[in-house]
Amino acid sequence: MAEFREEVSIVLGGAAGQGVQTVEEILTYALKKSGYHVYANKEYMSRVRGGINTTEIRVSSRRVRAFVKRIDILVPFNRGTLSWVEDRLSEGTVVLGEKENIEEAFLGKINLVEVPLTKMAMEVGSQLYLNTIAAGLIVGLFHGDFSAVEEYVRKRFGSKDENVVKKNVEAAEKGYELGVKLCEEGAIRVEISRDEKVKDEVLLTGTEAVGTGALAGGMNFLSFYPMSPSTGVSTFAAQHAEEFGIVVEQVEDEIAAINMALGAWFAGARAMVSTSGGGFALMSEAISLAGMAENPVVIHLAQRPGPATGLPTRTLQGDLNLVLYAGHGDFPRIILAPGSLEEAFYLTAEAFNLADRYQVPVIILTDQYFVDTYYNLPAPDVGKVRFERHIVEAKPGYRRYELTEDGISPRAIPGYGEEVVIGNGNEHDEWGDITEDAELTIKMQEKRAIRKLETIKRNAPLPKLIGNENAEYLVVSWGSTFHVVEEALEKLGSGKVAHLHFSWVYPLNPEVRRFFEGRKVIVVENNVTGQFADLLWKELGVKANHRVLKYDGRPFSVEEVLEALKGVVE
Amino acid sequence: MNVQLPTGRELFESKRPGSADIAWCPGCGNFGIRNILISALAELGLKPNQVAIISGIGQAAKMPHYINANGYHTLHGRAIPIATGVKASNPELTVIAEGGDGDMYAEGGNHLLHAIRRNPDITVLIHDNQVYGLTKGQASPTTMKGMKTPTQPWGVFEEPFNPVALAVALNASFVARTFMGYFRESVEIIKKAIQHKGLAIVDILHPCVSFNKVNTYTWYREHTYWMDDHDPYDREAAFKRALESDPLPLGIFYINERPTFEEMVPAYWKDRTPLWKREPKLELVKKFFEARKL
Repeated sequence: MAEFREEVSIVLGGAAGQGVQTVEEILTYALKKSGYHVYANKEYMSRVRGGINTTEIRVSSRRVRAFVKRIDILVPFNRGTLSWVEDRLSEGTVVLGEKENIEEAFLGKINLVEVPLTKMAMEVGSQLYLNTIAAGLIVGLFHGDFSAVEEYVRKRFGSKDENVVKKNVEAAEKGYELGVKLCEEGAIRVEISRDEKVKDEVLLTGTEAVGTGALAGGMNFLSFYPMSPSTGVSTFAAQHAEEFGIVVEQVEDEIAAINMALGAWFAGARAMVSTSGGGFALMSEAISLAGMAENPVVIHLAQRPGPATGLPTRTLQGDLNLVLYAGHGDFPRIILAPGSLEEAFYLTAEAFNLADRYQVPVIILTDQYFVDTYYNLPAPDVGKVRFERHIVEAKPGYRRYELTEDGISPRAIPGYGEEVVIGNGNEHDEWGDITEDAELTIKMQEKRAIRKLETIKRNAPLPKLIGNENAEYLVVSWGSTFHVVEEALEKLGSGKVAHLHFSWVYPLNPEVRRFFEGRKVIVVENNVTGQFADLLWKELGVKANHRVLKYDGRPFSVEEVLEALKGVVE
Repeated sequence: MNVQLPTGRELFESKRPGSADIAWCPGCGNFGIRNILISALAELGLKPNQVAIISGIGQAAKMPHYINANGYHTLHGRAIPIATGVKASNPELTVIAEGGDGDMYAEGGNHLLHAIRRNPDITVLIHDNQVYGLTKGQASPTTMKGMKTPTQPWGVFEEPFNPVALAVALNASFVARTFMGYFRESVEIIKKAIQHKGLAIVDILHPCVSFNKVNTYTWYREHTYWMDDHDPYDREAAFKRALESDPLPLGIFYINERPTFEEMVPAYWKDRTPLWKREPKLELVKKFFEARKL
């Protein structure tokens, strides 16, 4: 008998278009509602139909937020799934499914619990019900709240006719009963205590965390060109465009997307573009314009492996150098990389204030792993979001590029005040008109590239230190690797190691240096060269003693980070 | 030509120190276009702070510096998307996108095509002198076949771009062509273009006295004519006229009243407030989270 206590990692695998995502949605929803902590993440192939896509769902009595390699229960919906996840299977893995979906080579080697999903679906009336049965089955293993499944089915299929809802509920019920029976018969035993508080928490994806953050930050304009894995944020904005009053436009190319956003900010809107590395590459020219014209803009960049088209549906933290150096000439920018969904919400909201205050491009770096991650969390506190408006009225004599001590010129917008506003991508005088004056050029270069940068640096928040301040080792994470490092360190349980997480990636406050003094530094990042480790060296003179890198297009698992740390920490 | 300048023009005369040094060559057609534009704005009774002139790169694109109005001198070819963003954020502004033939038809060609589909309520003024002036005389998309240039020493063999035919073919909202040598007519056309609700494209022929020795002031007078008998609401007729090449017809080719981008986006369905005056709808964000508790 296979027994799982306090935590179970379930992986569902099937072809694109087979409905694995539907099962994922029903499960996360129903299990959360039943009082379990849930985490889900998917990996998928760059194709519309076929191939093999998998979803991992962790169900736990305590908060879980990171990807694990381990599979406790595997539900294959097609043949080929087992080979695809072979290196994640162990003696303890239970395969719940039909023999037809299991390659011969695995038969006899795995703990197979046969469940006649297709037969059951046909009994209900069609193969179409297979997903709902599977979802019901898994909720049944937990003796979860069946009414939550029913509620979800009603919500999801409610717009279709009542018969569809009825049939799906019937299918879920059949699955649920089988799940309960499997437990009673002793085939599987899952014992996870519930946490009543979870029921009142929200279930969000990385995409929604960025999207809601943008809404809370006052985003009212979004222009985009579709590109995986960033499109979700644009879809989210489009779906809320009417309710929130957002201008959302799918444009002809990424060049138009960012230029439209620059125009929108010039006229006082709070605009965002959402893209991925290849799209951002096309935007570099406009990034440079934003730098010269001191035009605010917010960019969400969901990273995927490059160069060029790379691996379109997979993950990497490989675009840090791109956003650090994009655009010609010297000018500051701000780079943020949220580590948790809460951070994604607050940081994205704040990105709009930062862009407005400093009049620079603000880039929010996520990645495929991050945007496709789900988990339950207490609803972010909307009351904590500050709305800062840094627009001034253009009074007579107004000068858009007034030379100031801190490098920030008060920004007026057309139509507010009687004076006019001149923006310019050419070198300019204080009014915004073209100049080729040598002395003025020096002043303007220094204003943008030195004084303004210094102001941003001085006000840049410090990274988050978790653990012993005097630890011998310091594990550094940035962006999406936060939770996986966090859990690996918990498992390592060594007092000699502390965790330093950067969600404000650039520019770094010089104060940051002190965190590193006297420590052995281990930088964990999802790319082949260690781009952030290089940045620490360049900006602060901090040397990474070890780089833990992963670059196969997959996210780090807790096990991998743990193993890597064990190899370094004595 | 007896040029009678209207009153109200002084509002648009820039007094900023940087505006004094005009970079155009003596005799450049851009001076005429500047006069035409200032007159059109003044005659429409607009105020400088209600107008935003968004330009690309090139000699034509220096216009915002020589006029007292809001302006943004941006990137080569990108004036249209930027102007679209400005208008969509504040529909109360009169937005003009301005640039040369290289700016709008070469580097920015794709944006022009899609702006026609999108139909923002902006006016696109193209200073079309059939040559690249600022980079010293290379062929532009509208250069006539056979013209020799430093970079086309064998003579241009590409088919010239026909912006008017293109715009009519794509069912643009307002399409016109003028020659800046005809002051009064040009003012009237640009006034109509600005007043037109939707994307208005005006191809403005003008000589480049330094680099285009073919298409001179005299050439334009001799090779153009005014369409006196044309119905701009007749698309087929407009297209036929657009295909005429010598003489080139001048006037309004086509008007197609259709909803603008700003009218279509949900952001303005219930609320006409410019975006800069709006605040985050935090209550709705809270509501979203409530729904995610289910």
